[in-house]
Amino acid sequence: MTVLARRDSRADPPAAGGIRARRPLFTARGREAAAGWLMSAPVIVLLLVFLVAPIAMAAWVSVSDWNGIGSPFASGVHAVGGRNYAALLTQPGLPQQQLGESLRNNVYYVIIVVPVQTALALGLAVIVSRKRLAGRGFFRTAYYFPSITSSVAVSILFLYIFGTSGVVNAIVGDLGGHGPNWFDDPNGVLHIILSGLGVTTAPGALANHGFIGLSWWDWLAGPSVAMFALIALAIWTTSGTFMLIFLPAIYAIPSDITEAALMDGANAWQRFRKITLPMLRPALFLVLTLGLIGTWQVFDQIYLISQGNPAGTTLTPAYLSYLTSFGNQQWGQGAAIAFILFAIIVVLAIAQRLIISERRAGGAS
Amino acid sequence: MRSKIAIAALAAAGLAAVSTACSSGNGFGSSSASSSAAAAPNKSALTLMFGSSGTAETAAVQQAAKAFTKQSGIPVQVVAASNLSQQVAQGFSGGTPPNVFYLDPLTFQNYAKDGVLDAYPSTLPNSGDFASALSQAFTYKSTFTCEPKDASTLALYVNTTDWQQAGLGAPPSNWTQLEADAKKLTTGGRAGLTIDQTHSGIDEFLYQNGGTVTNAAGTKVELDSSQNVAALTFLKGMLNQGIMKFPSQVGAGFSGQAFGENKAAMDIIGNWENGALQADYPNVKFKVYPLPAGPSGTHATLSFTNCWGVPKQQSNLAGAIEFVKFLTTSQQEMTFSKAFGVIPSLNTAQAQYVKTYPQYATFVQELAYAHPDIAIAGSTQALSAFDSALQQLASGNPASILKTAQQNLQAVINQGA
Repeated sequence: MTVLARRDSRADPPAAGGIRARRPLFTARGREAAAGWLMSAPVIVLLLVFLVAPIAMAAWVSVSDWNGIGSPFASGVHAVGGRNYAALLTQPGLPQQQLGESLRNNVYYVIIVVPVQTALALGLAVIVSRKRLAGRGFFRTAYYFPSITSSVAVSILFLYIFGTSGVVNAIVGDLGGHGPNWFDDPNGVLHIILSGLGVTTAPGALANHGFIGLSWWDWLAGPSVAMFALIALAIWTTSGTFMLIFLPAIYAIPSDITEAALMDGANAWQRFRKITLPMLRPALFLVLTLGLIGTWQVFDQIYLISQGNPAGTTLTPAYLSYLTSFGNQQWGQGAAIAFILFAIIVVLAIAQRLIISERRAGGAS
Repeated sequence: MRSKIAIAALAAAGLAAVSTACSSGNGFGSSSASSSAAAAPNKSALTLMFGSSGTAETAAVQQAAKAFTKQSGIPVQVVAASNLSQQVAQGFSGGTPPNVFYLDPLTFQNYAKDGVLDAYPSTLPNSGDFASALSQAFTYKSTFTCEPKDASTLALYVNTTDWQQAGLGAPPSNWTQLEADAKKLTTGGRAGLTIDQTHSGIDEFLYQNGGTVTNAAGTKVELDSSQNVAALTFLKGMLNQGIMKFPSQVGAGFSGQAFGENKAAMDIIGNWENGALQADYPNVKFKVYPLPAGPSGTHATLSFTNCWGVPKQQSNLAGAIEFVKFLTTSQQEMTFSKAFGVIPSLNTAQAQYVKTYPQYATFVQELAYAHPDIAIAGSTQALSAFDSALQQLASGNPASILKTAQQNLQAVINQGA
């Protein structure tokens, strides 16, 4: 493989206009290029074997009728075209309904977790970056602790904290309230608010029309109470990690700019709004992108805590893909869900990049 | 540009290499070496993969494997899987499934449909020694394909302390008495009855009311019958009166925990509860009774079992079958029973079990009218949707819960047909 690649790179003429010159192996640059390829070959091979090939195999499985027995490339496996995707996207039925539910749950999860964890991480970073804060090191470590704790341990901890007679409900009880059965309450938060306002049944327009197997009324349910506990968990664990990304970016802001602003009479809020935030834009982009990808792929907390229960309100596409593949042995459909999720993440990441870079261009002009 | 083309070439070459390596692997689709290889017994090592309930079970299985090796000369590697169905599935997709593994009825349907299991029971002398509810769970297209390793049925657990305090006499023998007793046993902090909020904890009421889940051939789902609606309505009534509670309502993970913590005085659960009570709630005094009959006097319960799965395509089929033969003797089943509390699957071993543990005879007696828990190939998600709906039974509509489950499960059957 490497030999082949080397030969290719050598024979290939430079295409970008200018002088067409051969770069044989015995010129200095040619030798450098060959050595470069040779040295990076192990990594490239590893990437191909463990990254590109599995993705290609999964793509094939998503359009095949592979039943999980033997190799997906064996002769008994047939291509079925878009059938697996059609069952999920266009044919009414349980698979479509569950995909719709999982997407709805995950949309609310992302909408709440990403902004809150980013804001919290930024806030924490600003606080612990203050030079005059006593015990800075302690706080930095403390905030980072949830991130380095195993997600299994954190999940089990939250099972107790949000248990029926757990800490959260004990506090709610002390305040005179009555806490819900967190992990067993499938009611959507928006539905609960609406029923508080007297709206308990869906208007016909919302109940009778829908998208991917769910009525609009169900789409508007909001995250369930159970999902809310998972949202709290996600924010608690990830804020520290992202704080760590913001911290060096804050330290990198030249102090003379801040001093100049001070001389001009800018107050703390103005300095944060006009100096810190704009200069943190690259870090902000990184945090938002990582947050977006991480929240769309949420799996381990679901697997450990709720398994999609109650009433499918904590089902996410990643967990649904696992359930379909390993639980139901419908490997094609499971892989198809994974690729639908992949498409969603790619589209959102590109959209986010466009939005942020547009703002940057607008700010510069 | 140059480097892009080089990368593309490299990627193509790599992919080609990887995919040919994969396809030339021991895929099941292309080979034809099965029966001839199986006929020749060999001494190559066997792998037994199982999901363990704890150290007692792991030790007992390891001991059985050792005894078999001593007798046959075939070494056995015992693997306690942390996620059995996932690890077995990985074995099958890699072309190297374990030689023998624990198999549950639902996954059995999936693998039987794919035709990867060896229908060995016909070659063993004990294949007629199982209760029909057990062999039925592992029969695919009228072929008994996998021998049950144990048996469980649901029974009525009663907290005898609560029972005496409430001044109650004989255990309930029908639904009316069950409801009346539950009412008397209910106090402020305790429900009279608890059951698990899943189809596996609830379906026995459908059978007791003369209903069923599917037709005998398993081709038609019959969940939305009026008998079934009446059965769920009966349960909903008890939930709404607060005399029956689901475990999640009292902060328990499963009904046995609610019973152990005395948040419920009666519990309908299988014999696995014995081990849980012994380990976690040794002070709870309880008795086990047969389930009360439905309004028309119909007795019914659900049975649960696992079997010894043996893949058709494997390194030592004859050895694997020999191993299963060793594991399914009355003597070995009683050894397992004493070690970790399971009920033997063989009728002859059950006769011994009843003599040794008369207090648990109920579970064995109930096998006579037991129905296997639902198992339809590819129904995992349809069943979990059904369970989700059952969780909301207190506020839900029994008829529409059953109708939705009926449609979903029928769609699964139609898709597979």
